Amino acid sequence: MLSMREIDKSFLGVRVLSDISLDAEAGEVHALVGENGAGKSTLMKILAGVHTPEAGTISIDGVPVTFGHPLDAQRAGVAIIYQELTLLPERSVAENVFLGREPTRRGMVDRSAMERQTSKLLLELGESTFGPRDAVGRLSVAQQQVVEICKALSVDARIIVMDEPTASLAEHEVELLYDLVRRLRERGMAILYISHRMREIFDLSQRVTVLKDGALVATRNTADVTQSELVSLMVGRELSHYYPPRAAPEEKGEVVISIRGAGNATLHDIDLDLRAGEITGLAGLQGSGRTELAKAVFGAEPFTHGTMTPLRPRSVRQAIAAGIGLVTEDRKAEGLALRQSVGDNALLVSRAMGRGTAARVRELLSRVRLAPPDPEREVRYLSGGNQQKVVLAKWMTVAPRVLVFDEPTRGVDVGAKAAIHELIRELAREGMAVLMISSELPELIGMSDRILVLREGRLAGELPPGSSEETIMHLAAADEAAA
Amino acid sequence: MKYAIFVVLVLLLAAIALANPFILEPAGFLAFVKRAAPLVILAAGQYFVIVSGEFDLSVGSLVTVEVVVAARLIDGNEAATWPVLALLLALGLLVGLVNGVVTTLLRVPSFITTLGMMLILSGAVFLWTGGAPRGALSQTFRIFGRDTLYAVAIMVVVGVAAVLLTRATYGRTLIATGDNERAAALSGVRVTRTRILAFVISGLAAAVAGIMLGGFAGVSAQVGQGLEFSAITAVVLGGVALGGGRGSVVAAMGGAFTLEAMFTLLNLYGISGALEYTLQGVIIIAAVAAGAVQLPRLTPTPRKGDAHAS
Repeated sequence: MLSMREIDKSFLGVRVLSDISLDAEAGEVHALVGENGAGKSTLMKILAGVHTPEAGTISIDGVPVTFGHPLDAQRAGVAIIYQELTLLPERSVAENVFLGREPTRRGMVDRSAMERQTSKLLLELGESTFGPRDAVGRLSVAQQQVVEICKALSVDARIIVMDEPTASLAEHEVELLYDLVRRLRERGMAILYISHRMREIFDLSQRVTVLKDGALVATRNTADVTQSELVSLMVGRELSHYYPPRAAPEEKGEVVISIRGAGNATLHDIDLDLRAGEITGLAGLQGSGRTELAKAVFGAEPFTHGTMTPLRPRSVRQAIAAGIGLVTEDRKAEGLALRQSVGDNALLVSRAMGRGTAARVRELLSRVRLAPPDPEREVRYLSGGNQQKVVLAKWMTVAPRVLVFDEPTRGVDVGAKAAIHELIRELAREGMAVLMISSELPELIGMSDRILVLREGRLAGELPPGSSEETIMHLAAADEAAA
Repeated sequence: MKYAIFVVLVLLLAAIALANPFILEPAGFLAFVKRAAPLVILAAGQYFVIVSGEFDLSVGSLVTVEVVVAARLIDGNEAATWPVLALLLALGLLVGLVNGVVTTLLRVPSFITTLGMMLILSGAVFLWTGGAPRGALSQTFRIFGRDTLYAVAIMVVVGVAAVLLTRATYGRTLIATGDNERAAALSGVRVTRTRILAFVISGLAAAVAGIMLGGFAGVSAQVGQGLEFSAITAVVLGGVALGGGRGSVVAAMGGAFTLEAMFTLLNLYGISGALEYTLQGVIIIAAVAAGAVQLPRLTPTPRKGDAHAS
């Protein structure tokens, strides 16, 4: 029914998808898997008409189509159920289903027709726990997904993309979603199902396509592959990148921070020692609590119980005063004041902490290899890599003893990546304790002196340096991949 | 680009000079500066609030309150001048503090907080005076607004203090907070305290402006009317972005001079003073619209070489 052929796409000259072909038949669930950044979302956004491909064709029922706008895709029968639901919480189910396409009678919205049709759709989906007049905000996430699907059905969608639909569902709701997907299959729809979870892929899909680094790795019949094979297909790649040498045992110093039995709403029983001179890598799936752990150590979302020596910070300022810094995951939203100069950003922490203005800003900027080391430029005009170096400089002005990096090279080009890796290692060698989170496993493996794996808010285990991606993935997703 | 407003100012002054060459003489020019001084001070105060991403609509009413309270408490008694001056500054500080605390800790949008404060202060003045202020200012009090040297000196001192403040740690962290509150907080900035202080500065500026206007314009229940909008217009005219994080205090004060020059020009050509409001309305909308339209166009694409520098 759907055929995408040789799709290419670049953003700002960076190739994000190359030569990708993907089919979906009526009555088929086709799973799409790959690591973060593999290109799944971009490919789906092309199908949804959000992005336009540079090359390649899309055809539906053998007829070539071009989507210049999401509405074009909708008219052609493509619907996407995003991870973040896009419903209006204050409106009723029926109003959401027909948003922007309300049936009218003599110029007025025909509520009864709208509700009648919504009831019919709900019935077809076997949904009886709520009705067309209920406010969407009062429904559970699983019920809201049903509403999204009603919406898709009401526009006669025949190709439905589901982007990690179980990510925010409770265990018992997953079963309901399975039923829903099966009903959609029976109606002869083609379903593209994006998920990280092995169990769902094997339970639901007939075929599975693996993407990696914007390229197609393989399309297989799900019945013909094992979980291990699939994991290998997802992660197996050569380490093409050079990483600075790891710390020698004598370079590891005393324990700088020691956490015992600490937790909060998302984290449980965290025991963690950070040593001077050591880079501790932290792995985990999305939603495992990686960022939450970084923010807890940094006092931004503090631990509510347990011990942390020398101090369990209850605020960011306490943490900074105790010598802890955090390089945030989202540089633009949380790391930088984009319209201020490089110098003002670099000095922000030392100013905020009343440590005066370091006279050696220029020296620091050269030290982090910012090119050019010009403190007057506004940071928003810098590349991602240079912006990240400014964030680093910001922390170096107060010389923290512990620096937590949350995805330090996200959105950074290859050259700057190597520079940042070297800087992190350099800081460790000078005696800093480093905790580094990364969802790019090669980076984590290449950089870490030891690797901790976080699963569902708990530390699931510790792995030695140089562990394989498979080992890490198995530990991170143990409940699913242990088989 | 940052100081483009001064080009506009010079053009306006030239236009004024064409109609009335007196402004080219030192006495004429200083008279113009003196007239602009209260607005310049208000604009400087308003700048700190706007650059932090907020508004202060209460300054006009606060000016009125300051003048009315001064007249009533001094009531012609020279000896009361200095204690009352201290009280007036404290009053400005207090109003600013309340604005700041309500906006930050109670999370009421500053537009609403300070609008409410404006109404509260207006109502209080009306209640207290019954519409006709009583009492009189002392001679010493009047000097600050009436004597050209005093007025210009106060303005210069406030202006220099404002510039130094924006360059100091406080100013830099305030502007960073206005640009990205979250990033500032995660860098250890006490964003709440920083924002409250901006309102306090604006309140103090209104107190100073009130003291000067009392001497310059005399005691009335209308003395501060509309000044909040003039101050905001001046700041916007100076290219300071509403929403925070961008703009210079020097340009904001330049905006105040420019606005005063426009008023003077309208006056010279015998156009009704009522048009002053219309003019400000047009300026505010046009400046913000122009800013919104220009932003994407002005954003230079990163230079080649930046992206891969390492």
